[in-house]
Amino acid sequence: MDKIIIKMKKEVREKIIEICNRFNNNPGELINVLHATQDFLGYLPAEAQELIAECLHIPTAKVYGVVSFYAFFTMTPKGKYPISVCLGTACYVRGAEKILDAFKKELNLEVGQTTPDGLFSLTCLRCVGACGLAPVAMVGDKVYGRLAPADVKNIVKEYKDLEAANA
Amino acid sequence: MRLKVESILAEKNLANDVQVIGTGCFGFCEKGPIVKILPDNTFYVQVKPENVEEIINEHIIKGRKVERLLYVDPKTQQHKEDSKHMGFYKKQMRIALRNCGFINPENIDEYIARDGYKALASVLERNDPEGTIEDIKKSGLRGRGGAGFPTGMKWSLCRQNSADQKYMICNADEGDPGAFMDRSILEGDPHTVIEAMAIGGFCIGATKGLIYIRAEYPLAIHRLQVAIAQAREIGLLGPDILGSGFDFDIELRYGAGAFVCGEETALIHSMEGLRGEPTFKPPFPAVQGYLKKPSNVNNVETFANIPVIINKGWEWFSSIGTEKSKGTKVFALAGQINNVGLIEVPMGITLREIIFEIGGGIKGGKKFKAVQTGGPSGGCLTEKFLDTPIDYENLVAAGSMMGSGGMIVMDETSCMVSVAKFYLDFTVEESCGKCSPCRIGNKRMNEILYKITKGNGTMEDLDELRNLAHVIKDTALCGLGQTSPNPVLSTIDNFWDEYVAHVVDKKCPAGQCKALKQYVIDPDKCKGCTACARNCPVNAISGTVKNPHEIDQKACIKCGTCYEKCKFNAISII
Repeated sequence: MDKIIIKMKKEVREKIIEICNRFNNNPGELINVLHATQDFLGYLPAEAQELIAECLHIPTAKVYGVVSFYAFFTMTPKGKYPISVCLGTACYVRGAEKILDAFKKELNLEVGQTTPDGLFSLTCLRCVGACGLAPVAMVGDKVYGRLAPADVKNIVKEYKDLEAANA
Repeated sequence: MRLKVESILAEKNLANDVQVIGTGCFGFCEKGPIVKILPDNTFYVQVKPENVEEIINEHIIKGRKVERLLYVDPKTQQHKEDSKHMGFYKKQMRIALRNCGFINPENIDEYIARDGYKALASVLERNDPEGTIEDIKKSGLRGRGGAGFPTGMKWSLCRQNSADQKYMICNADEGDPGAFMDRSILEGDPHTVIEAMAIGGFCIGATKGLIYIRAEYPLAIHRLQVAIAQAREIGLLGPDILGSGFDFDIELRYGAGAFVCGEETALIHSMEGLRGEPTFKPPFPAVQGYLKKPSNVNNVETFANIPVIINKGWEWFSSIGTEKSKGTKVFALAGQINNVGLIEVPMGITLREIIFEIGGGIKGGKKFKAVQTGGPSGGCLTEKFLDTPIDYENLVAAGSMMGSGGMIVMDETSCMVSVAKFYLDFTVEESCGKCSPCRIGNKRMNEILYKITKGNGTMEDLDELRNLAHVIKDTALCGLGQTSPNPVLSTIDNFWDEYVAHVVDKKCPAGQCKALKQYVIDPDKCKGCTACARNCPVNAISGTVKNPHEIDQKACIKCGTCYEKCKFNAISII
């Protein structure tokens, strides 16, 4: 246990403890605790799950069970610009699969992976409720609608340029 | 756009005369962004920021409408300035969506001005919870989440159970892919849900309300938080509401992306911080729900109907719709259709009216093939069902279901085997894994569908699909498992020939299944330009300059590059 805790920075550890305290260390609030922790860390590493289990006085297996059950929780860090392609039905019948394939090819990534430079990650999601704009993809909070596979290159370039300009 | 409108109005000293309202969805997503100007109800479509100045100069200052930006009726080519006359709105009837697009959802005063919280006040004043439940029963309102359980009955079951604490729960975990009804109601009119929950709480004897909402809907969460805070501030939530002695308050609980959490027992487990796995009913939530206390779970759209039923009376509500399905239903119309958007129609309307009148027909003049209702629990309906009046019973009899309201229209280019595969992909991913018929059965069915779309299916596979589907239907634990084979069964029943074409002829009639496509070169049209052979990634094309080329079908990976590169239309897909 000690060895694992050393891997986490002290501030991170304290912040997670503070989150658990905010929810009164109540096991019934586990999902809210995980949401808050993921908001702060970007993902839920094994160490964080162990710490949460300790604070809430529940087995780590239970925390892991919940984390792995819900699609919203992730155990791998997302990219700086997380890309999500909607595979809801409306997007599907308007060609979302081709958009997803184009992103895979452009970034050389599989779904659920992050590029080695940490810039992009690729996930699928089910319906953002923008079916009128189908097919839709999101980069962070920004929605790109009425996409064609040819648009994918430009979207990726937009963020690469942004990164180059900031550097 | 909004900033632009405000800045131009300020420039022209009109900021005090013209009020700019950021409102909830008008429903007509296909033509967005939309700007509506009151009091004359002028409806401008597909407005761009650069059009704003023109609209203000012409319409607001000079009183002339900008014809160019009005909606054009595709049939008559006439401009329709008032939304009431548009084909999209003509057949609609808005009860649950009554305020969406009319009020600023972040201002409680605007809701109150449209009879908001009047129903709550009258229910508290009447002080006869059983009488109110009786009215809801008589109105004929049924659960809008999909299964259609009578709402009044649900309330009275929960009322009968005494406990020190009961819970009124709102299911806002809209997980059906391709549906966005609840999101629009929560974003466009959050107070209606709050008011209805308080009414329901009073009727069943609950003092606590919980809204279980998807974390994927940040705007809806924000608007609910604002609305709850405003209601508390003026005493419409909290202790002793309107001096009646009734206490009620609402908290939000966040979902984390699991489709099965739409099932009420799974939803309750998820709110308790557990994995969202369903449990066997009974005990029903009305007996043992959240934290083992009696609880009542209703869907967002169901709640949105309640205040109207109380204000206008159950007689009025039960006069709308069919014999067994009363009122209206909100549908999210999407897919290969001209007018994508959110619609609310009276029960008993036909699919033909929805698709061809409200929806404006199939995109690109293609032929209608099927409409999918009920999401992963529903089925695909064909042309022969187009004139069936829509209600809970008719849709089930046709092999689909009402569902939460997703309605996906497909044209002739959609392969029905692939559609069934798409829904099963979803079910396999979302199955909670608790019972084996759903966990393993759906996986096996999915494998067979993959085999068929790859061209390796046999007639025995089709029998096996049917067999598995019936076993899952009969033996799965929860409602989601029991309905998960519907997409397969309904496509087998309605599109048997298409399945046979995949299995026997190894052809995909819709041309969607990649593995079953064959690219061939027409020797008469081929000029021998070598473009296809040079671009083929696997060197499957042979031939010499100025002589017809040929594709080696065994080597071909069906990528379609040759088809795109050929300038002489010599390559066709069969």
